Amino acid sequence: MSQTYHLTTPISDETIETLKSGDIVYLSGIIYTARDAAHKRLVDLLDAGKELPFDVKGAVIYFVGPTPPKPGDPIGSAGPTTSYRMDSYSPRLIAEGLKGMIGKGKRNKEVTDACQEHKAVYFGATGGAGALLGKQIKSAEVIAYEELGPEAVRKLEVVDFPVTVINDAYGNDLYKTGRAKYEVK
Amino acid sequence: MREIAYEEIVKNVRDIIVYSASNLPEDALNAMKEAYENEKSPVSKEVLKQLLENADIASSEARPLCQDTGLAVFFVKIGADVKVVGGLLKDAINEGTEKGYVEGYLRASTCHPFTRANNKDTVGYNLPAIIHLDIVEGDKIDIEYAAKGGGSENVSRARVFPPAAGKQGVIDYVKECISDAGPNPCPPLTVGVGIGGTFEKAVISSKHALFRDIGSVNEDPEMAEMEADIKVVLNKLGIGTMGMGGTETVLAVHIEANPCHIASLPVSVNVQCHSSRHTHITI
Repeated sequence: MSQTYHLTTPISDETIETLKSGDIVYLSGIIYTARDAAHKRLVDLLDAGKELPFDVKGAVIYFVGPTPPKPGDPIGSAGPTTSYRMDSYSPRLIAEGLKGMIGKGKRNKEVTDACQEHKAVYFGATGGAGALLGKQIKSAEVIAYEELGPEAVRKLEVVDFPVTVINDAYGNDLYKTGRAKYEVK
Repeated sequence: MREIAYEEIVKNVRDIIVYSASNLPEDALNAMKEAYENEKSPVSKEVLKQLLENADIASSEARPLCQDTGLAVFFVKIGADVKVVGGLLKDAINEGTEKGYVEGYLRASTCHPFTRANNKDTVGYNLPAIIHLDIVEGDKIDIEYAAKGGGSENVSRARVFPPAAGKQGVIDYVKECISDAGPNPCPPLTVGVGIGGTFEKAVISSKHALFRDIGSVNEDPEMAEMEADIKVVLNKLGIGTMGMGGTETVLAVHIEANPCHIASLPVSVNVQCHSSRHTHITI
């Protein structure tokens, strides 16, 4: 049975252990944005033995490239982008202590294996709900790679940001179990 | 000869781009409401509710429905009796596109294919627009516009089959495409299927099929029947809204069929996410 939790970042291993595929989570606190180009740079930094622009331990990364904010707003529309494009980078960040990723769509085996090995989860947010999700973001600040425009790394403060656990730390996958229930062979 | 001012085209294009970004057209909104009514999975139903709420917020607060405000795609028919005054039609569409994306605070999602650079001097304003132009009778300019997102475009595919593949080959190909895509293209989907023509004709037809209003009936009864059959097949996949599992995976299947070479059966599947931002104006 699916549970509902209200969590504040950073996230501990103990919290990850309580989360199961299908649970609904309302996230509050600081999360960081990164898409393809930023992920490549983050992993390049790790390869070079350099420090990341934010502390990845216990952190949550949101795969998003928001629209520009209108005057007076912290951010524009900000729904998730498709996550598989980050699959080649995520395991490295998970090994460094990343606890949560927010996106939409399937992840590969390397990512879900890393979630099990290092205790992390993959959250799904509703793709195409950018107006609604953007309103849960209370502040946004570019902290790295400003030249990447929508792909820059942003530090976001979120309140009750709605996500669903897709892949938990036990190898469960909501996309597989959810579909199996309704598939007519 | 009717004269239409360059600036009038710029303004019209700018306005439909800004409006479409935050207002889901009536056909798409109705289809989403119908999916909400019909959906059997409580999880998918909840997500559909969130998407209807999102459409409300977007429209009432003039916020983009989705952060992926797309590449601007146009199918334009210019009447043979129209003369555009003050510049070229193509330039007017591009200028309107730039104005729409900048003034509407929309995301510029165009970049160089390899460097991925988004340089504001060249492609930063979401230029160039993708324009399909046709010349027809009359003294009007007919513009069909859609903001095409990347997630659904990424799962689209095309293939030239041997003629023996037949109808069943087409149905199986569409099924395989949507099944493999799963949650990635943001279902519930509109599925554009281009059949026949040459390779590129099938692809362009599958794109144009997405511009048709959801809920409209194909003028060709044979294709209308095939659309209904494919929709049933796809909804049996169980993918549901955003892949959460459910009974409503596609809102509609739209087919555009063309005569083709005796040696070929080209098929293209172009996928549209639930945020089907398309509009149609005549100047």
